[in-house]
Order: sequence, then structure tokens, then C-alpha cells
Amino acid sequence: MPPAIMAEGLVKKYGHVTALDGMDLSVPEGTVFGLLGPNGAGKTTAVRILTTLLKPDAGRATVAGFDVVGDARRLRSHIGASGQYAAVDDHLTGAENLEMVGRLYHLGTKQSKERARELLERFDLVEAGSRPVQGYSGGMRRRLDLAGALVANPPVLFLDEPTTGLDPRARVGLWDVISELVAGGTTLLLTTQYMEEADRLADEIAVVDHGRVIARGTADELKDQVGGDRIELTVTNEADLETIRRALAPLAVGDTQTDATALQVTVPVAHGAASLTDALGMLAAERVTVRDVGLRRPTLDDVFLTLTGHEATARENATNAKEHSR
Amino acid sequence: MNALQTAIADGVTITRRNALKIKRAPDQLGGAVILPIVFVLLFAYVFGSMIEMPGVSYREYMVPGVFVVAIVSGAQITGYTLTLDLRKGIFDRFRTLPMAPSAVLIGQTLCDVLMNLTSIVVMALVGLLVGWRIHTTPYEAVMGFLLLLFFSYAFSWVTATVALALRTPEVFNNVATVVSMPLMFLSNVFVDSSRLPGPLKAVAEWNPVSTIVQAARTLFGNTSPALPVSDAWPLRHAVEVSLLWSALILAVFVPLATRLYKKAVSR
Ligand SMILES: Nc1ncnc2c1ncn2[C@@H]1O[C@H](COP(=O)(O)OP(=O)(O)O)[C@@H](O)[C@H]1O
Ligand SMILES: [Mg+2]
Repeated sequence: MPPAIMAEGLVKKYGHVTALDGMDLSVPEGTVFGLLGPNGAGKTTAVRILTTLLKPDAGRATVAGFDVVGDARRLRSHIGASGQYAAVDDHLTGAENLEMVGRLYHLGTKQSKERARELLERFDLVEAGSRPVQGYSGGMRRRLDLAGALVANPPVLFLDEPTTGLDPRARVGLWDVISELVAGGTTLLLTTQYMEEADRLADEIAVVDHGRVIARGTADELKDQVGGDRIELTVTNEADLETIRRALAPLAVGDTQTDATALQVTVPVAHGAASLTDALGMLAAERVTVRDVGLRRPTLDDVFLTLTGHEATARENATNAKEHSR
Repeated sequence: MNALQTAIADGVTITRRNALKIKRAPDQLGGAVILPIVFVLLFAYVFGSMIEMPGVSYREYMVPGVFVVAIVSGAQITGYTLTLDLRKGIFDRFRTLPMAPSAVLIGQTLCDVLMNLTSIVVMALVGLLVGWRIHTTPYEAVMGFLLLLFFSYAFSWVTATVALALRTPEVFNNVATVVSMPLMFLSNVFVDSSRLPGPLKAVAEWNPVSTIVQAARTLFGNTSPALPVSDAWPLRHAVEVSLLWSALILAVFVPLATRLYKKAVSR
């Protein structure tokens, strides 16, 4: 079966900035693909090209078998997209927003209304559905926007940073909604800055940096490359940093990071909580004062540090400037 | 559905969306109704008692001018709304839908015609209260109103073009004010343009706003044989030239706005 989403050598330049620098993607039908990368990596640009909003300078891409440039018109009936900024009309009610989208998909008045009702129910917005969107919380807007992308039951779905800016509870709520959705067989490409989100939702992850895919694989494969969990220790004396690094070396499954300003040591370990217990035992023998100690999952920063040797810092400030002008 | 049916259906959907927005946030409608009422009353009572016109009362003379002022300001809502929508992601949503791309601008401009119709009706009623009268046949009067609406529709496309080129609401508002002020005051809206001094007179007589106002006055019969006849060509054939202006504006600005829309949303 041909992939639901296929991209070859996509290039997009904005003046001097190369937003996409030869990006290749291949997403099998019915799977969830996570595009993971820091701000400015080129995620939105890739999604905009795949959803026909933008033409690539070079390369080609097909979605659901349609060329994103040559067949853009026909492609649009086969995709649903929810952008980085919830595309909902503030003055319209939730129901009106969805009905409008249904009409623009040419579903007809009756079916548009019916579909709107179904979706409001599914996204837990029945009560809010008759109120103008103006008064919605961030999570509700996001859910409504997602519902808008689903009006025509598209086989391929694009979600650009669906949970950025949401509080943790709303984020988990949206994850549940998305998981349920893809259980029905929809192909989904989602972008995110959070390793945890990609881990939770995606079958396969591509890590992007500077407009290029720098690593790909399942969450487990990537985490193996990155090393498992991190033990993070904070000390009071800078001299202790080196002592701890040496003492815990047997546990480390990758490069141990020491940060003299934050007085922190970060050790990648293989066995999570068991490693933490071991570490505490080993440190008991040393004469160091540990102020704080904790275990955390690898973050995007860890992935980047490992894969690129540099931290996942946002590139340029053009991204921010653009976001403000919206 | 064929392409034309799609475009019409989508245009109606977008018009309905914009109408709902006005219903929910009636501040714009307020602006389009209240401001013209204030204009009619202000000019009728303040200037109406000072300015003398040979053969016609100033109140009657001025009302068609106020109509045009109101629609020139009303058309700016098109531009302003577009700049606001550009800020949000809503056009991205529209563009990933299999809808006719022209529907966004058609829906926006049509909705403004509805709003302008409302404000003209209100102004006409207030005008009748303060002594404005139609002295022509019903046919000519209807023609007068249609001509005003046609011009307002065309002018909406001008403001849409400007808005899509400027793209920020604040900048658009400033530019719209700076441009529309001279357009309205360097004309025959409030004064008889033939009595203006040299260069001002030429500008005022060739100003399309003057032509529309002159056409409306002719079609409503708010002129008088005692008024000096201008020898400027657009004012002597005001009705025809008004239609020509409106058609010309549409021919230039519809494609221009459509191009700019595509450019503005595919960044
Ligand atoms: N419209 C634009 N004009 C100029 N530069 C842009 C524009 N859109 C994106 N960029 C630049 O392209 C790069 C990639 O941006 P983007 O695709 O938005 O990244 P992400 O979504 O991963 O944060 C960034 O450096 C950004 O500044
Ligand atoms: Mg982005």
C-alpha cells in the first residue's frame, strides 16, 4: 500500500532563512507520525505544505495519493487540519463554527447540523456548543478546532502542536481524545515540542532540526539512542560536581552533564527508580552535600543534546516576530 | 456542484458567517447606523440654518451627500474585518477546505452591502423627518438607491485591497482615515463644488465621490435649475459616470484584491 503521506526533499526558503532543508517523510496509512522539534525547526512549514497552504520551493509531496501542488483542490476533501493557532470564529457559537465548516465541505444544511451535534457530543462541548466561542477556555477552543478538522471524516489528519499552551489537565484530556480518534484508523501527522507527547501518541517519530529530519524511529528506539531516564542532583559546593560525576560513572549510560552555574549533575541511567536507589547508596560513601535529587524522563533537550551536540534552542527570532504579527 | 454553484453556495455561507458576527458584536452596526443619523441631524440643524442654496433647501441638498459619506465609511468595515481575520488562523482553516477561494471576499463584501443598505434606509427615514424629500418618479428614486449600493459594493473591494496590502488593523485604520477624509471633504458633499477656488475646484469636480453625490441628487431631485451648472464632464453626466466609476473600480480591484488575498494567506 502506498504511504498516506509521502514527502521527498521538501525545501522552503524565506529570504535567508531555510525553513525546510530537504525534508523526507513517509507515513504508512492508519499510523500516527510525530514530528518532534524545537521552535523554528520547520514543523509548521512542513504541515502548511502538506495541507496545501504553502508551495514548496523544491521537492514533492503526496497526501492520500494526491500531489499537494498539482492536485491541491481535490486533496482538500481528503484531509483535516488543525493549525498551531485555533482557527475558530470568536463571535460564532461552537455549533455555528462546526456547521459553517460542514457547509464549506458541501455536506448540505441538514447533514452539517447533524455532524456538528455529533462532534460537540464527542468532544464534550454539548453545553458550550450554544455559546459564542469568545468565552471558551484554551482547552475548549482546541477541542473545537480539532472537531472542525474532523467534520468531513477525513482519512488523513494534521495537527500542528495541538497541546501547546494548554495546562497539564487539558493536555491529558486532549491526548485521550486524539488516542480515541486514531484508534478508528485515521492517519495522523502531529507536530510537537514535547517528547512525552510524541511518546504517548506516535507510532513513529521524526526528530527535526533546522528543516531536516535528524533521527527517526519509534519512541523506544529514540530513547535508547538518547539513554533512558535522567538522575538530576543539585549540590551546594561546586567541587562536589566532579566527585559525583566520578562516583556515579558506573550507572551512566551516556554523557554525564555538569552545570557549574546551576550546581547540577545530570546522569542518564538505564533502570529508572532502581538506578536512583543505587545512586543514593553509592553517594552515601562520598563526602558530598546533596541539596536535591530527582529522576526525570528524557526531554526534547536531552534528545537534541545527544543527537546534535547542541541544545534545542529556538532558532532566530523570526518565528516569534511572525507569531506576534498574527 | 459545478464551480459557479460552489462559489455561490460558499459565498452565501461566508456572508451568513459575517452577518452572525455583526449580530453578536453590534458595535459595527452601531457605527454604520448611529454615525449617519448624527451626520444627518448635525448637518441639517447646524449647517442647514446657516448655508443658503439658490432654489433648494440646504437640508435637501445635503442628505444625498451624507448618504455617500456613510457608505464610504461603511465600506471600510470590509477592510477592517479582513485585517482582523488575517490575524487569526481562520483563513488557514478556510484554505484547507474544498471551498471556492473567492467566497471569502465575496461573502465579506456582500455582507457589507447589507449593512450599507441598513444604514441608507435609516438615514433616508431620518432625512424624511428633517425635511428631505424625493421629487422624482419612484423608478428614478429606486435607481438612486441602487446606484448608491452598487458604488458601496465596488468601494468595499477598494478597502479590501488596501487592507490585504497593509494587513494590520491599526495601519489600515490610519490609512483609511487619511485617505477618506479628503475624498469626502474635497467634494460637493457639503458645498457646491463650482464655487471652490481654482485647483480645489478641479479636484472636487473630478472626485468620484462628487459624481456619485451629483447622481444621487439628480435621481432624487434634490437639485435646482437655479444652481450654477458645472461644466465638468463627470458632473454633467453624473449617473452614467457613476455607473462607469463603479464598474471600473470592480474591474480593477476585484482581481487585485483576489491576488493579494492569495498572497496574504499563503505566507
Ligand atoms: N512567513 C514566514 N516568513 C519568514 N520566515 C518564516 C515564515 N514562516 C516561518 N519562518 C521561519 O522558518 C523557520 C521554520 O519555522 P516554522 O516552520 O514555523 O517552525 P516550527 O513550526 O517548527 O516552530 C523559522 O526560522 C521561522 O522563523
Ligand atoms: Mg510551529
